[in-house]
Amino acid sequence: MTTLYQSLLIALRALRVNKMRALLTMLGIIIGIAAVIAMVAIGSGASKMISDQISSIGSNLLLVLPGSVTSGGMRSGSGGTQTLTYDDARAIKAECPSVAAVAPNVRGSGQVVYGNQNWSTVVYGVTPEMVDVRDWTIVAGRNITQSDVDGATKNCLIGQTVADNLFGGTDPVGKIIRIKKIPFTVVGLLGKKGQSPQGQDQDDVIYVPLRTAQRKLLGSQFPNVVGSIMVQAKDAEVLDKAQDEVTELLNQRHRIGPNREVDYTIRNLSELLAVTEQSSRVMSILLGAVASISLVVGGIGIMNIMLVSVTERTREIGIRIAIGAKKRDILLQFLTEAVLLTTCGGVIGMLLGVAGAKLVASFIGWPTLISVNTIIIAFAFSAGVGVFFGFYPARKAASLNPIDALRYE
Amino acid sequence: MDEVVRLSDVVKIYTMGEERVEAMKGVSFTVKRGEFVSIMGASGSGKSTCMNILGCLDVPTRGSYFLDGVDVGRLSADALAEVRNKKLGFVFQGFNLLARTTARQNVELPLVYAQIPATERRTRALEALERVGLAGREGHYSNQLSGGQQQRVAIARALVNRPSIILADEPTGNLDSRTTIEIMSIFQELNRQGITIIMVTHEPDVAEFTSRHIIFRDGEVISDQPHQAKSAALPAEVAHP
Repeated sequence: MTTLYQSLLIALRALRVNKMRALLTMLGIIIGIAAVIAMVAIGSGASKMISDQISSIGSNLLLVLPGSVTSGGMRSGSGGTQTLTYDDARAIKAECPSVAAVAPNVRGSGQVVYGNQNWSTVVYGVTPEMVDVRDWTIVAGRNITQSDVDGATKNCLIGQTVADNLFGGTDPVGKIIRIKKIPFTVVGLLGKKGQSPQGQDQDDVIYVPLRTAQRKLLGSQFPNVVGSIMVQAKDAEVLDKAQDEVTELLNQRHRIGPNREVDYTIRNLSELLAVTEQSSRVMSILLGAVASISLVVGGIGIMNIMLVSVTERTREIGIRIAIGAKKRDILLQFLTEAVLLTTCGGVIGMLLGVAGAKLVASFIGWPTLISVNTIIIAFAFSAGVGVFFGFYPARKAASLNPIDALRYE
Repeated sequence: MDEVVRLSDVVKIYTMGEERVEAMKGVSFTVKRGEFVSIMGASGSGKSTCMNILGCLDVPTRGSYFLDGVDVGRLSADALAEVRNKKLGFVFQGFNLLARTTARQNVELPLVYAQIPATERRTRALEALERVGLAGREGHYSNQLSGGQQQRVAIARALVNRPSIILADEPTGNLDSRTTIEIMSIFQELNRQGITIIMVTHEPDVAEFTSRHIIFRDGEVISDQPHQAKSAALPAEVAHP
């Protein structure tokens, strides 16, 4: 039995003789693999982008929102009331063991002025925990502190978009801006976050201390009320437990019972992530189906050409058998040739696929994600196609009768 | 002199659809080491079938074939491949070299299947090419060689595994008379060096150069006689214009 190395040499020589044909034969595999690699790279890049956006909201988060109330037979929509207070937030932080941080906030909007520039933006009243809970970074200056909140100081944090519009390229820290005509000192600049999953610019934001917003800026009817409370669980495993704890605590505090409907809702942001993951899994399965169809078509092309090749080289096979090649030597030779064809096609396809993915990515601005796994699977698959579709022609070659083969014209 | 080949009462029957063709009807002969035998006969006389059986490409329907004392009729396909590889050397009418392959690679082919290491393959291939007068041509591709040269490469390929017998099937059928004499002189030289050669031919002129004639007709040996071989030594080489 010849070694694999010898078969490889023979196969290489055979392919060199028919370069054009080899290339055309490989084309099916090349296109198949390239398509798979490119689609998987773009697809997983896209789903990574989406999940990044989702986790840019912050990780392991529960969002507590005011619920609806019925007043005089009319039910308000969700968030139609102001039932959550700063005290609720502090109670959650103090009494729920699975909760790591709590960030109550109120939301408003207003015109902001600096020098001759002005900009309309969203203003949140927050506590210092907001920065951690939402995974913000502070790229210049400092965070607001608890004493800023307690003392209702006129300090604020601004997002990148606000900084760009008011300050151009200059350093905003220490400058005084007017929010709804009230002067605020910029104490810190938030790092860039980009778009939210809903497509909103998350950097178009100003954070002021919660009490300042409640008392001076937004002029609420009930000064202690907050718009929503973000609750961060200690980790992903205890997220559900945290939700139960918060529910129990709020039911107690709001005296929810048979005669009183629930006046708040809790949203679990990890559900959003799960939905996205589900949809990207479905996408992978679809891609896989398309891929296997194109590889099967490519494989049939290989089988076709290998059959032609066996017929063309009948005489050569006869000579080899007469000279002492065993059945399995011939089998191995043709199988090697088929596998060489498909793996070469696989490698070329991979390179084209990666290049194509990069190209598409640079056009539409999506990231691409090429995992080593994809490459290994694509390579193994193309080799497998070679073995599968090369076997029948190779067996046909190996079982030729040498006498007839030698006489074949 | 010991026996290399012993055919006893070999019968070969082909079935083609309904028809049964009895290609060999009980053929027996022995060949001793160092003989140069020609097998002759008209087409359809069974000489090619006999050659296929001698070459272990086919097995007898009945009767037995001993090669070097081994009953090869009872061997498996793989074992037969090994016999062909180690004990037999083939020379065909159509040369049957591999296309787009150098002379040396062609000669090395049997050694590849015998799993001889590359360096030894090379030396033995060059040695065999030298024995057929093709030293220096080892790098030529088959299509760059003349018919006579191609047949010499084929002889070198048959020689390279140091076989017990060389089987030549109409080795000069595609060659002009001058080249025929050239090839026959190589065979005679190899035979003088002790190699057993069995050659099938239908040309009496070519058979002249051998030392024993076996004649087939209708699947039977009708004559088996020693012969005074004519020498194929060439006159001094004439340069071609």
